Amino acid sequence: MPVIMDADRISRALTRIAHEIVERNRGVDNIALVGVRSRGVPLAKRIARALAQITGDQVSTGALDITLYRDDLMRHQVGPQPLVRRTEIPFSIDDRTIILVDDVLYTGRTTRAALDALIDFGRPKAIQLVALVDRGHRELPIKADYVGKNVPTSQQESIHVRLLELDGTDEVTIDRAD
Amino acid sequence: MDAVQTPKQPLTALRRKDLLSIADLSAEEILLILDTAEAMKEVGQRAIKKVPTLRGRTVVNLFFEPSTRTRTSFEIAEKRLSADTLNVAIGTSSVVKGETLVDTAMNIEAMAPSMIVLRHSSSGACHLLSRICRAGIINAGDGMHEHPTQALLDAYTIRERKGRVSGLKVAIFGDLLHSRVLRSNLLLLTKLGAEVWVCGPATLIPPGLDRLGVHVTTSVDDAVRDADVVMMLRIQLERMEGGFFPSLREYFTTFGMTEARVSRAKPDVIIMHPGPMNRGVEIASEVADGPFSVILDQVANGVAVRMAVLYLLAGGVDHEATA
Repeated sequence: MPVIMDADRISRALTRIAHEIVERNRGVDNIALVGVRSRGVPLAKRIARALAQITGDQVSTGALDITLYRDDLMRHQVGPQPLVRRTEIPFSIDDRTIILVDDVLYTGRTTRAALDALIDFGRPKAIQLVALVDRGHRELPIKADYVGKNVPTSQQESIHVRLLELDGTDEVTIDRAD
Repeated sequence: MDAVQTPKQPLTALRRKDLLSIADLSAEEILLILDTAEAMKEVGQRAIKKVPTLRGRTVVNLFFEPSTRTRTSFEIAEKRLSADTLNVAIGTSSVVKGETLVDTAMNIEAMAPSMIVLRHSSSGACHLLSRICRAGIINAGDGMHEHPTQALLDAYTIRERKGRVSGLKVAIFGDLLHSRVLRSNLLLLTKLGAEVWVCGPATLIPPGLDRLGVHVTTSVDDAVRDADVVMMLRIQLERMEGGFFPSLREYFTTFGMTEARVSRAKPDVIIMHPGPMNRGVEIASEVADGPFSVILDQVANGVAVRMAVLYLLAGGVDHEATA
């Protein structure tokens, strides 16, 4: 299991992304972060902390569960049917810039589902996308605005992101799938 | 390399096409439905109360008995999941022309619905259809057998208020003989580890009830004492031809849930009723509308629980793959 990002590397990437968000949006006014469950949620919270350190402003965060919007749910199952969990967006997304946060960007299908789910909550001014890892192989016309690390992969490989909050450790590994 | 213990994969799907009874379900499956219902409840609190999950699926609500609450609840649940829904009610169906249940079902089946929600006055009607239909069958009440989604929404409401079901004293009052709600609730509550008391007139207690692992009594005081949950069952006036008790007035005096009786339960007791209520028969209006009543929460939670059941059954088996 070669480690491609360790705790330091993840932390530096998130800090850099926070700076890029401030630069691109000229501050954090009217911005909110929404993490895609599961691992996008702690990542969104970490970026919010970094944004608070940089700007002194608190940025709202939410959690989005995309299970009910998946396009493979009722088809031949790729894996086990995922557990549906609550979406928690305790603020209005209308006319705000929403920064969607996910751990791995791959086919783009999760992001497509997340965009549909988000838009059911209102009409944001803009949606920008953060991915800790972009591993390529897009199947939809979707592109991240902020990337922690670009990792060229083959489709036989799999990327595993583990985070302290959920997995007890911070690391990104690349594995040969069986 | 560390020896990694593979944890037992938590259950995330119902690997079945039908929901016929609580008796079929494991405690783990029941908890999966309740957990999924929590996420579904959030959908119902949004401005746009609709998700695309069951788009392109057809669900037929086939009701051979009158129902307002259950049919409406299923229909709202189906619509919130974007299923196409269709209601077949007895009065307007070919049943009045003499068609049998099986023929009606086979004709609906020929139009390839994904699921059929069935209410029927005969116990076992859902089991019969589940064997002959490719569509998933959801039991919305069959005769005196079961009403599984009612028990699930009751458990959801108890868990929402009390944080758990296990270890609670749940006292159930009323017609213990004819009630499918009772049967489903007894099975579910005992599976989840509640201490269940049932109470009613001796003429409405079926023999062998005590063998289901519950306390059976004719004393309202014994049943209600320190109860965490008081669950009323409807006195089914249409089934009271047999002279089970002298009069409704006498029933209310002896078994009706009054404020005085509620005061003997725990101070944070919740009062439940599956509806429709007979005010002044099994329950006093002051109790039904009082501070301990969660009767309307039950109705609200019914939609979330039925969404969870529809979702979990739809994903459990790929109905249309073979169509």
